[in-house]
Amino acid sequence: MSLRIYAIAYLIFLYAPIALLPIFAFNDGTIIAFPLQGFTTEWFAALATTPALHEAVQNSLIIAVTSAVLATCLGMCAARAGTMEDFPGKRGVLGFIMLPLVLPEIIVAVSLLVVVVRVFGLTLGNWTIILAHTLICAPFCIAVLNGAFQNLDRSMEEAAMDLGQSRWGAFRLVTLPLVAPGIISSLLISFTISLDEFIIAFFLSGNSPTMPVYIWGLLRFPERLPVVMALGTILVALSIVLLTVAELMRRRGLARAGLKDTGGFL
Amino acid sequence: MASLGRLGDDAKRAIKLVSVPFAYAVLLLALPLAAVLLFSFWTQDFLDIDRTFTLRNYQEALGEPIYRQLLVRSVLIAGSVTVVTVILAFPIAYFVSFHVAPSRKSLWLFLITIPFWTSYLIRVFLWKVILGYNGVLNTSLLGLGFIDEPLTFILYNANAVVITLAHAFAPFAILPIFVALEKIDHSLIEASRDLGESRVTTFLRVTLPLAMPGVVAAALIVFIPTIGDYVTPRLVGGPNGLMIANMIQTQFLRLNNAPLGAALAIVAMLCVTVIALLFIWLNRKWLRSQ
Repeated sequence: MSLRIYAIAYLIFLYAPIALLPIFAFNDGTIIAFPLQGFTTEWFAALATTPALHEAVQNSLIIAVTSAVLATCLGMCAARAGTMEDFPGKRGVLGFIMLPLVLPEIIVAVSLLVVVVRVFGLTLGNWTIILAHTLICAPFCIAVLNGAFQNLDRSMEEAAMDLGQSRWGAFRLVTLPLVAPGIISSLLISFTISLDEFIIAFFLSGNSPTMPVYIWGLLRFPERLPVVMALGTILVALSIVLLTVAELMRRRGLARAGLKDTGGFL
Repeated sequence: MASLGRLGDDAKRAIKLVSVPFAYAVLLLALPLAAVLLFSFWTQDFLDIDRTFTLRNYQEALGEPIYRQLLVRSVLIAGSVTVVTVILAFPIAYFVSFHVAPSRKSLWLFLITIPFWTSYLIRVFLWKVILGYNGVLNTSLLGLGFIDEPLTFILYNANAVVITLAHAFAPFAILPIFVALEKIDHSLIEASRDLGESRVTTFLRVTLPLAMPGVVAAALIVFIPTIGDYVTPRLVGGPNGLMIANMIQTQFLRLNNAPLGAALAIVAMLCVTVIALLFIWLNRKWLRSQ
């Protein structure tokens, strides 16, 4: 019983910052503190009339979609290979691909900055962030897709090939539909990670900031903070929707494979 | 290649498949890391890079009191964050694994992970709002009459960094412990109870040792990225809460001294690796028994 109370207190601790977001987003005052001043939708209206923000959102969307697709493709290769016959060094190779999961992000950021700017003398831009985000999202994709591929009954694919399908045909017509929920879940998770990532984007963005980099700039101006709260509220709502869809997809994938649910994303 | 010849077709295809993500990781991770290592042995004179091999950056990184202090503080803060996060997380993982009905477990895990996926920057900033002098916590405590004047020890210092990061890394700690607890064979616990151990001793002598691999994994997965964070120290840490990553960022983006920044990054990474390996070695007893 006391454990249950602790669990609820812990959830309150986890949700405290997020719960405050909408409160201040609708608060009619520029100071982010209690007592509240009254209700307003002014800050949401201000979002619509900020061109710099629209540009940042556009950049972030391009980066997030591209990285999500690339990372999911890489993740599918690795997860699929993981379920196939062993070869020497398999654990090491897969472990190395998962390394960005535990590496401090600043190390990834610094090393890519050195290579792009110092070694090759190229200018930074969205493409540098895409490369880095693909790298850090791939391990998450692999974690999600591992579940999908491991639960797959490979004899179905073999049956398709026995019945005259090519290897690619069997993959496309049999395997792909079975792992589709996992793929969607992987796409959504990497999209969410990339959209929110700041540490790497701050190092690697050129003249056009991504949304988190833009928010970081706003945090220095107290009078712009309510606008940040409004933006944050929208982002949180969006993340919750995306993650709920990802979770439902993951569960449907498990159900399709005829397995019982054992846990979350990671 | 002779050994590859003995492999089945399936293994060969697996190698072909895995080579794509592996090549990506080599090109974008291994080679850039090698470049950073190389840079750390060079020096920079305004805009020109001097390519003669030197250990000067390392002498500076390890010798200058400011860098040493930042490094020691980063390790201490990351260590405290790890201890606080894991201790707070364990009961939650235990609760979800042992006291929640199987059909509702994934709902609980989902609830725990949601805050983690929402805007990191804004979450950190909101901790500043909660912990501040006129913040949510202080005004509520004042209003309720628990305190007479606002608490000041909770913002713009290392405490604030620990609280904020313990929040940020919560799911990272909960999930590995949960997975380890889920693997425990419940008949072992029942056997211990049947043989006369109390609830507490059963927990200490059966459940906890079996959950240790998860605890070790949780500690590492919190400790390692924490060292590299510069957002939280910058926003809530104040001048005495800055960490080594802030200095790495400053060297690269403000002072334009990439070689020194590279040396600091390498030193920080070596530090983390040594501590992580030491930690695993100290816990080898628990890890081997699995």
